[in-house]
Amino acid sequence: MTISAPASGAAQGMTVVARTQGQMVRRRFFRHRAALVGMLAFGGVVLLAFTSIGIGPIPGWWDKSYLTTGSLVNQGRPTLSVVPQFLGGEGIRFGEHPFGQDNIGIDYFALTMRGAQQSITVAFIVAIVATTVGTLAGAFAGYFRKLTESVIMRLTDVMITIPILIIAAIVGRTFGDSGIVILAVCIGLVTWPTLGRLVRGEFLSLREKEFVEAARAVGSSAGRIIFRHVLPNTIGVIIVSATLAVANAVLLESALSFLGVGVQPPDVSLGQLIDTYRSAMTTRPWLFWWPGVFIIAIALSINFIGDGLRDAFDPRQTRVRA
Amino acid sequence: MRNSPNEILHVEDLTVEFPTDDGVVHAVRGVSYTLHEGEVLGIVGESGSGKSVTSLAVMGLLPRGARVRGKIVYRGEDVLKLSARRRRALRGGKIGMIFQDPMTALNPVHTIGDQLAEAVLAHGLVPYKQALARAKEMLDLVGIPQAEARLRSYPHEFSGGMRQRAMIAMAVINSPDVIIADEPTTALDVTVQAQILEKLLEVKDAVNAAIVLITHDLGVVAGTAHRVLVMYAGKPVEIGDTDTVFYRPRMPYTAGLLGSMPSLETSGGRLRPIGGAPPSLINLPSGCPFSPRCPLADDTCTAEEPGLAEAGEGGHLAACHHWREVAAAPDPTALFRTESEAV
Ligand SMILES: Nc1ncnc2c1ncn2[C@@H]1O[C@H](COP(=O)(O)OP(=O)(O)O)[C@@H](O)[C@H]1O
Ligand code: SF4
Ligand SMILES: [Mg+2]
Repeated sequence: MTISAPASGAAQGMTVVARTQGQMVRRRFFRHRAALVGMLAFGGVVLLAFTSIGIGPIPGWWDKSYLTTGSLVNQGRPTLSVVPQFLGGEGIRFGEHPFGQDNIGIDYFALTMRGAQQSITVAFIVAIVATTVGTLAGAFAGYFRKLTESVIMRLTDVMITIPILIIAAIVGRTFGDSGIVILAVCIGLVTWPTLGRLVRGEFLSLREKEFVEAARAVGSSAGRIIFRHVLPNTIGVIIVSATLAVANAVLLESALSFLGVGVQPPDVSLGQLIDTYRSAMTTRPWLFWWPGVFIIAIALSINFIGDGLRDAFDPRQTRVRA
Repeated sequence: MRNSPNEILHVEDLTVEFPTDDGVVHAVRGVSYTLHEGEVLGIVGESGSGKSVTSLAVMGLLPRGARVRGKIVYRGEDVLKLSARRRRALRGGKIGMIFQDPMTALNPVHTIGDQLAEAVLAHGLVPYKQALARAKEMLDLVGIPQAEARLRSYPHEFSGGMRQRAMIAMAVINSPDVIIADEPTTALDVTVQAQILEKLLEVKDAVNAAIVLITHDLGVVAGTAHRVLVMYAGKPVEIGDTDTVFYRPRMPYTAGLLGSMPSLETSGGRLRPIGGAPPSLINLPSGCPFSPRCPLADDTCTAEEPGLAEAGEGGHLAACHHWREVAAAPDPTALFRTESEAV
């Protein structure tokens, strides 16, 4: 009769989606190969970056610091080798300085790991701030309409027309010296409009739904309707956008640092390393490539995760693809 | 009679207009009714006659931009003059509403228990556990088996009938005085319609409420309503005790509705649907809005719109210039003879 387990309900098509939304999303996500690879890759990078050199006072398993210099070994060339001996290589080994050393002898693996830590941290703070502000602004604009909407939407119009890099560069120049947290919060505060518009769009269509009217009919206040009835229905859009916001923030931070207005020395970020060593491209290319590889790996893997989430949350997709 | 002590809800000369790009929609044009304690008032009429808009106006749920005039008096207070906060306290507190389609009226992402508890939490600081316990009580009341386990189900895991039971539970969870049920059985399978209607009446008695039962189906009000209000083109055209209206209709439109009812014996077993369609609510015809479809229409009808006037005992009112002719007809539903019959 009506006591249908999710499995038996799968045959009925449409009803399945609303059904155990969480379960369906999870199943679809884990069947999305690119997303899985992305998640493993990103998880690997995070793990590597944070365990190798440790976080703050907590030491990691890598014995060299990104702050201490050492004597140059082999002109600072990378000692990492991944080609086995039987294929004519030097065998698989990490060596003394796997990523090489910079010009004053700092271990480049440690530096790159520190850069990755900072880039990831900045990216997450930016995404969290932008998502929170964007969600709130979009929700209020979409639900209340009228003056609230006009004000918020004009604000996003202005912010969207000015290239984000320019706003961010100004922010970076002003707050770059105050540490990465403040820098990241400021970038978050100027990058929310994209998400805000998406959320507003969702609210515009959801507010017309009968369940919203029903919620009003039981006497729920506007606040409860927004946060308890409508917002949970937009969670898919928000999660997907937040994920992509992380990827964008990684790139934005790199661009800012590349322009010299992001994370300031002596601290490092991936973008800043690239900026510092782009002139070494021909003589010591590894100083340019290592941070580059990590930026690409982080941005790509998060984008894959975002793609997977988007497909997983897509309500039109009622069936799990094989 | 107007101010009898057991009067809960009194709607007087309610008008609702929607300004649109095509012109002003005159959705409700002067509806008045009184609801007494424990009473079931049926509101019937074809789709588009303004039944839902009338009840949304009472609930205060009309979209912004709607122009509302008249009086809606709940226990002596004109709710149109209340503050937004007081108004919200009435909604779901003293006046509960049941929607037509429980599938769309329930939030797909929350469990039934959460949604019922939410209706309690919206009205006061109660621990969630307590609200959930109340939700379980309500599910028991509306006859959902294994209520405890069902609290954790999602709306899509319920059948249509169970969903509507849950909607009923949600409407009465704060023990309202008035339940407005807008086509509560229309979206349901015919086989469960009667059960749900019966349950609704049972629950109404259990919480001691009165009901405004809105439907386009006279069959639904036949066995349930004490009194019936018939609406046409935004206006009440006949009102009276259910039996009186059913057996002694005084307005051709009511007679037409009765004739198009499959089960009523007075129709002689024949279905006689009313030809034509309701008028546009932006450009109403002059005179009686029913005149384009009325077999009794004459020049008087198109010249002047009839008002509600006494047409029988016990507060039986009808809006028709020729109600006496309707009264004189041995079978008023036969006024709407089909062409084959007329020959
Ligand atoms: N928000 C609105 N804007 C414009 N017209 C509306 C609106 N809501 C309802 N109407 C119109 O009001 C009339 C009455 O609608 P309604 O009360 O829903 O009829 P019903 O008797 O079927 O419940 C219909 O013609 C409908 O098109
Ligand atoms: S007033 Fe005239 S047109 Fe209107 S219902 Fe009566 S007889 Fe028909
Ligand atoms: Mg309706």
